[in-house]
Amino acid sequence: METLINFLPSIIIIFTMFVVTLLIALYSTYGERKVAAFLQDRIGPNRAGPWGLLQPFADGVKMFTKEEIIPDSANKFLFILGPSIAMICCLMTSVVLPWGGELTLFGKTFYLQAVDLNIGVLYVFAVVSVSVYGIMIGGWASNNKWSLMGAIRGSSQIISYELSMGLSIIALVLMTGSLSFRDIVNQQHGGILHWNFLMQPLSFLIFLICAFAECNRSPFDLPECETELVGGFHTEYSSMKLGFYLFSEYINMFISSAVISALFFGGFNFPGMDWLLETTHSTNIVTMVGVGAYFMKIFFFIFFFMWVRWTIPRFRYDQLMNLGWKTLIPLALVNLAVMAIIEMFKHQHAFGF
Amino acid sequence: MQTSFTNRKLVLEQKEMNIWERMYLPAIVKGLAITISHFFRKPATIRYPEQKRTVSEAYRGLHILKRDEIGAERCTACGLCALACPAEAITMEAAERKPGEENLYREEKYASKYEINMLRCIFCGFCEEACPKAAIFLEEDFAVANYTRDTFIYGKDRLVEKPKQGTKAFDIVKVGRERELN
Repeated sequence: METLINFLPSIIIIFTMFVVTLLIALYSTYGERKVAAFLQDRIGPNRAGPWGLLQPFADGVKMFTKEEIIPDSANKFLFILGPSIAMICCLMTSVVLPWGGELTLFGKTFYLQAVDLNIGVLYVFAVVSVSVYGIMIGGWASNNKWSLMGAIRGSSQIISYELSMGLSIIALVLMTGSLSFRDIVNQQHGGILHWNFLMQPLSFLIFLICAFAECNRSPFDLPECETELVGGFHTEYSSMKLGFYLFSEYINMFISSAVISALFFGGFNFPGMDWLLETTHSTNIVTMVGVGAYFMKIFFFIFFFMWVRWTIPRFRYDQLMNLGWKTLIPLALVNLAVMAIIEMFKHQHAFGF
Repeated sequence: MQTSFTNRKLVLEQKEMNIWERMYLPAIVKGLAITISHFFRKPATIRYPEQKRTVSEAYRGLHILKRDEIGAERCTACGLCALACPAEAITMEAAERKPGEENLYREEKYASKYEINMLRCIFCGFCEEACPKAAIFLEEDFAVANYTRDTFIYGKDRLVEKPKQGTKAFDIVKVGRERELN
């Protein structure tokens, strides 16, 4: 009983975030269409509900009621496993993210974070790596050459960009000295000047580019490149299995935005945080405003993802590989080396100089 | 090497990109600025069924058979529009006005039946030009859509202008409708 009560906040946060994640992903589809429309001088969906706000639900109902086709030649088990992995993996990541600071309710103080893993950053990377299998297995099980090509492209792209992503994060971790999201966010407390994107601009840039590649978002959306590969790895998918793939893309986008905001933009920290604490003397208020600030940052990055999608054309495959292997990895390595040297001078006493 | 016959040949100069250009980032930022400027621009969309595009006054849409000031039909079934029609879309039958119908029909002869086949019509506007009585006009409506072909033959019920309220024709048409309903 005692342990259950201890776990209760975590369980509540996990379930809340589950629902919030799905809702945000649902409305990202709407947001994407609206943003695309506005960027192209159109108005976007406006028929279902006021301003088209019910459009995502209409799409969802359509997805669910469509005929579900499993190709004759497909491997049935793997065909179903593919979208399941994609969906499960992207939903697992949100567990370690710190959504807010301390909250005191019913005389108990707890942190708005489901689990504070001391290797949170590594956990995110591990889960994201597994999500490659969603694309790979799905594409392979379809038994269709376009799907297979899309899957191969997707997996090689994600594996290549994971390297530079990891290297850029190592530089950050060298500076913060911790792999826990809570520590990294707390270290950025105290104004915009303490946020990591100013301390580590190169890391941030590399991480941002790699995040685009990891999410299979334009300009790196080669796995589902319609003009070349019909629909890429999800050519053979229909009904809600296709829905899961599309949905996982949007959830990935949300999670990537959350990770970027936490690592580089101070997470739930916002300018004037200490001032608000002094005037209100209530950590709860500060925490709630912090949660709002965090979500504002996340929404900005989701918008940024869409903004870039409708600005930059798709890369050619060799350009993609060149950028990944010949530019980003050396750049990340140099960044890492420079950071290592700086850190060494900062902690000279530890090296006995 | 062959010389150019037209002297319009241009040699394309491909300069090597400098480091600033090869970074791509300035170009990307420029592109982002262009797209975001469109974000705040007024959309070009016309929300069709609610809003309609304004058309020019000379626009040639669906036909209308006009009434005059007192609400009487102008058409005298002279058949000039049918003669002028290159698509042979117009047919009509003439009838003689009876005493007491002066408020319904302008002259002694009128069209008891007047049909335009909208599938044949090419909306050239020759009927409008041919009409000596200024009775037929092509107006702004354009959306002709239906499920069966026979509905595209428009009779007088859909062609004649609705009588204005206050004219005698309005009352007569109204009484006629009510009588039909009863």
